Amino acid sequence: MNFDPRFSGRKFASVGTRPIRPDGVDKVTGRARYGADFNMAGQLVGRVLRSPHAHAKILKIDTSKAEKLAGVKAVITAADLPDLTDGDAAMYDVLDNCMARSKALYDGHAVAAVAAVDARTARQALKLIEVDYELLPHVTDVDEAMKHTAPLINDTIFTEGLEEKPVKPSNVTKRSQFGHGDVHQGFGHADFIVERSFKTEQTHQGYIEPHACVANVSSDGTADLWVCTQGHFVYRQHCAQLLGLEASKLRVTSSEIGGGFGGKTHVWAEPVALALSRKAGRPVKLVMTRDEVFRASGPTSATSIDVKIGARKDGTITAAEATLRYSSGPYAGTWAEIGAMTAFACYKLDNVKTVGYEVLVNRPKTAAYRAPSAPMAAFAVESAVDELAKELGMDPVEFRIKNAAQEGTRSSYGPVYGPIGIGPTLEAAKTHPHMKAPLGKNQGRGMACGFWFNFGGQTCVDLNIGMDGSVSLAVGTVDVGGSRASLSLVAAEELGIDYAQLKAVVADTSSLGYNDMTDGSRGTFSSSMATISAARNAIKILRDRAAQMWDIPVDDVIWENGHAIAKGEKYGNLAALSLKEIAAASGKTGGPIAGHSELVADGAGVSFATHICDIEVDPETGAARVIRYTVIQDAGKAVHPTYVEGQYQGGAAQGIGWALNEEYIYGKDGRLQNAGFLDYRIPVCSDLPMIDTQILEIPNPNHPYGVRGVGETSIVPPLAAIANAMSNAAGVRMTHIPMSPPRVLAAIEAEREGRA
Amino acid sequence: MVEVTLWGALGQLAGGQSKVEVEAKDIRELFRKLAEQYPGIEPWIEKGIAVAIDGTIYRDTWSKELPQGAEIFLLPRLAGG
Repeated sequence: MNFDPRFSGRKFASVGTRPIRPDGVDKVTGRARYGADFNMAGQLVGRVLRSPHAHAKILKIDTSKAEKLAGVKAVITAADLPDLTDGDAAMYDVLDNCMARSKALYDGHAVAAVAAVDARTARQALKLIEVDYELLPHVTDVDEAMKHTAPLINDTIFTEGLEEKPVKPSNVTKRSQFGHGDVHQGFGHADFIVERSFKTEQTHQGYIEPHACVANVSSDGTADLWVCTQGHFVYRQHCAQLLGLEASKLRVTSSEIGGGFGGKTHVWAEPVALALSRKAGRPVKLVMTRDEVFRASGPTSATSIDVKIGARKDGTITAAEATLRYSSGPYAGTWAEIGAMTAFACYKLDNVKTVGYEVLVNRPKTAAYRAPSAPMAAFAVESAVDELAKELGMDPVEFRIKNAAQEGTRSSYGPVYGPIGIGPTLEAAKTHPHMKAPLGKNQGRGMACGFWFNFGGQTCVDLNIGMDGSVSLAVGTVDVGGSRASLSLVAAEELGIDYAQLKAVVADTSSLGYNDMTDGSRGTFSSSMATISAARNAIKILRDRAAQMWDIPVDDVIWENGHAIAKGEKYGNLAALSLKEIAAASGKTGGPIAGHSELVADGAGVSFATHICDIEVDPETGAARVIRYTVIQDAGKAVHPTYVEGQYQGGAAQGIGWALNEEYIYGKDGRLQNAGFLDYRIPVCSDLPMIDTQILEIPNPNHPYGVRGVGETSIVPPLAAIANAMSNAAGVRMTHIPMSPPRVLAAIEAEREGRA
Repeated sequence: MVEVTLWGALGQLAGGQSKVEVEAKDIRELFRKLAEQYPGIEPWIEKGIAVAIDGTIYRDTWSKELPQGAEIFLLPRLAGG
């Protein structure tokens, strides 16, 4: 990579403005094509048969009756998806999750699938498939699953990360530990110690658009997949590996995406649709129902967390410790490890220790959800921090400012921080008008901080200049939050042209080099770096073409404000050449003009936020309502401030739902009881106030414009901010998320009766 | 020679050491020599390890130079949403 990513401190003309988004008209007129909007001639309807049992051996699957039904073109089981993972344990888990092999591991686990001429026939066929199960004991609770008496979900799992190699299998797949100093000594120096245990229930990302795809496998070994995803290149790799296809012969096109938030980083239905199409010899469309999305895609972990924090009377934290237990579904994960890394990342701590345990349960395979694992850890830590501030008689903001990490602080997960934004977000909160606004009866205010790493990754961009001077930008990171607008602004900035001259598209996997998926808040961070690089490469060609047109050395040509300029007095009479003029002459100066870039965008800056929240609690019912909410977050540089604000608001809205209402509820039979939006209640517009935002811009030194990722951090503080507000509004310290009305009412009644 | 800090699980694979010294000019050489010295670490490198250099996390830029005196910290590769 011949590209200098260092922050340059330039002044901006386009970046930082708020033009309308290029995909806006299609979206508001219903013309935008989402996953389920694509159709192919002769396509079949795919449907999946799912286990009704939480844990069961699959003794036999008889598909013969289904295969004989008129209109059925293919029936598949795990036998049609043989193991081609070549010892790759993580991919084997993906394969087993797509189609159960010897055991059904959760309610909703796929066991067979059909492709038929219409949905009615497909549904009938599913009823004709006979599956003989041998029921096994199950466990769905994270704490129960850790007990020695719990049913074993996978008897080949022995806990990793223990000092002594275990001799018995366990539902705990891994132990991880982070920290420094000596916490025992640190607690010895504390005047006040808060120690509490917390639980958070499993939630779903709640994207409005269900998973959907159309697969078409040809007899010549080529295939097409049209799919709703956060990463079509990654889907191509995974599907090709699982199906035994050559990656370059599988073209994957990403549709518009109606929300992903980490849930569309993982294949579920796509390998099944491809296997059905291969067997049927026709295209197959497979769209999950909402029930299937809840039961069989990837929700976040349920957690159980113990926190202990000690401080001196002057407000200095002397030690902090947490034990974090995260469920990962029936397959190994690293979710507790991430929670253990993020838990105390906001603070300057001499003595800190976190231990994470990854726990198998009979629930769907956990997937990432926006800053995965961080919100639960922050809920526990920020609740305890708030309680400690109260015990010390300190203002919660001042207490956090006193202990906030800063440049040069050793982070709780290991490295020393560079320039970071936790202090500035806290200072902004301290002076924000929200902090001084009056509160009414049964109302309370809370605040909390949050951290997320952010990352970059492999990225590729093409920038093509048309002969009319218009510019198309082909990117490979799926646009989940307005990145086509942001990247157009970046290209306009570099080229010195108007935003309206550009059109950005998300290219398919056969049209552009590999791109990692849009996750880790990397979309705009990474692709803007590649766009800058591609634009600069195009400018080199534009300068060369201008030099040809003038018949002067290219070294005498500079690029300024969208024009080639001949520098030096000897060229005083040469009028500047616009991009449009150079493009118009391109056919006679060497052909098409384009800029390409492929790079690894690394050095994403870590991100911090502080949130302030007011809630009102009905003491008769326990129902809580957020009445005012403010997000303060460091963006590095907001390329398109409206979409940065949108990310802040979206994360807060999801966090509010998680804090107050959302949870997976399992029955004693291990079956999910609320697999639908009527019973799993995400907040709608009428539930929320306008969420206020304040963007701070502390430049990331590792990006030419100072950009940091902004997509995830905003979901980290809300759980704790609301719990802290609840403590102030209703006088109860809630330790179990969600703080649903029954839980809050029970806590209020216990407090009244002196049972708390 | 750079000093490299390992997180807990990696430290166990390096004979219980939390810090090791490696003669390496960039991340690629660091990984190669770590795998030579501590073969148990190699599968982790293949799965993905992030390297923090003076606090900035690098996941894939194996050509990144390791400046003398810099703080080098190995971390698990993260998932994101």
